[in-house]
Amino acid sequence: MKPAPFAYFRPESLEDAIGVLVEHGEDARVLAGGQSLMATLNMRLSAPAVLVDIGRVPGLAGIERVGGGLRIGAMTRHAEVEASDLIGSEAPLIASAMPHIAHPAVRNRGTFGGSIAFADPAAELPACAVALGARMTIAGKGGTRTVDADAFFRGLYETALEPGEVLTAVDVPGIGAGWRSGFMELARRHGDYAMIGLAAHVEMVDGRFGQGRLVFFGAGERPVSAVRSAALLEGESWSDALGARLADALKEELDPFEDLNADAAMRRHLAGILVQRTLGPLAAAA
Amino acid sequence: MDTNVEIGLRVNGEQATRRIEARMNLVDFLREELGLTGSHVGCEHGVCGACTVRVDGRIVRGCLMLAAQADGADVWTIEGLSDTGEIRDLQEAFVERNALQCGYCTPGMLLTCAELRERNPAASRQEIREFISGNYCRCTGYEAIVDAFEMARAREGGPS
Repeated sequence: MKPAPFAYFRPESLEDAIGVLVEHGEDARVLAGGQSLMATLNMRLSAPAVLVDIGRVPGLAGIERVGGGLRIGAMTRHAEVEASDLIGSEAPLIASAMPHIAHPAVRNRGTFGGSIAFADPAAELPACAVALGARMTIAGKGGTRTVDADAFFRGLYETALEPGEVLTAVDVPGIGAGWRSGFMELARRHGDYAMIGLAAHVEMVDGRFGQGRLVFFGAGERPVSAVRSAALLEGESWSDALGARLADALKEELDPFEDLNADAAMRRHLAGILVQRTLGPLAAAA
Repeated sequence: MDTNVEIGLRVNGEQATRRIEARMNLVDFLREELGLTGSHVGCEHGVCGACTVRVDGRIVRGCLMLAAQADGADVWTIEGLSDTGEIRDLQEAFVERNALQCGYCTPGMLLTCAELRERNPAASRQEIREFISGNYCRCTGYEAIVDAFEMARAREGGPS
């Protein structure tokens, strides 16, 4: 299908972009890389009257060290994140998630911030952002504000972004000493949205787990941090018995949705499989 | 509000300027405005890869990019890459290995193979499969396409 008609604006400054967005309010959508939005427009799941293409707004792309962490510009393409040595060393969770995002042609255009702002419940990057404790920078008429990932993702395709606002950057803390990341997802075909996936970011001290986060995607309306299950890890070393306890705990804690690919029971089961496949090798890696 | 937009871009090395509806995607622009029907329209939501074209040196989905977003861009399609001879060896290998049957996926598949060759010339069979995983082929089962990629590479003196 084809999109419904819309007016197209391509501002060349952030100020102008916000001006157009404020003027049109709920009728306007931000167009970044378009790799999710264009599909929904084509299928007429969404029909905004105004599209504001931020592709020519300067200063929104790139990855840089800021403080002890990384600042990833919202318009940074997935392909650039995937190829970045900084991401590889400072944010290995994101590095290991990148190959799972759709396909090369989509990663060439899709953007980091676009994926975060679209907030698809089965997308990889929102879960990574929650697992890492990322912080979003949002620009609006009154200036900028920051929102923690936990508070940013509010529900199904719903975020803390208000009409008239633009996500400009995502700050990711640098990886701390002893912290390890693991990422895995299960999809029918490589590059499809996951039936369920796991972004794990945990501390290991002398072979034992410390604090950490197990964040599932494709498991609810937003990234789901399995807090009670993750608490079972603290002070433990990896064993098959611990894996089994985690799998049982996840069945209690998770309340996934059902769709044509998997019912809720299957998703709960797969969550246990994922956690065992991810944490075992993660604990073993010296 | 005006729902039209004027764009100017280079397509296969030639300048094209048109006034179009802002909602027109790039592959429809190439096919309907410029008559370049080698890029195919399949699923229209980014899944099948039939509309793959090269924009500013990288492959993209022609259905997930507005023509308006390609304003000022350098676009190449199967027609242009055939004319320059850049992918002639891949095309010949596709024919020899029967890497197509109906041919619907072939233009997109060739553009994807051309990018893989540039980015990872020594790709293993598994890596070739992963790279073309965004291009659906319903005829060949992909095996012959992977063979064709390797055949073209071997003839250049690369790993077979």
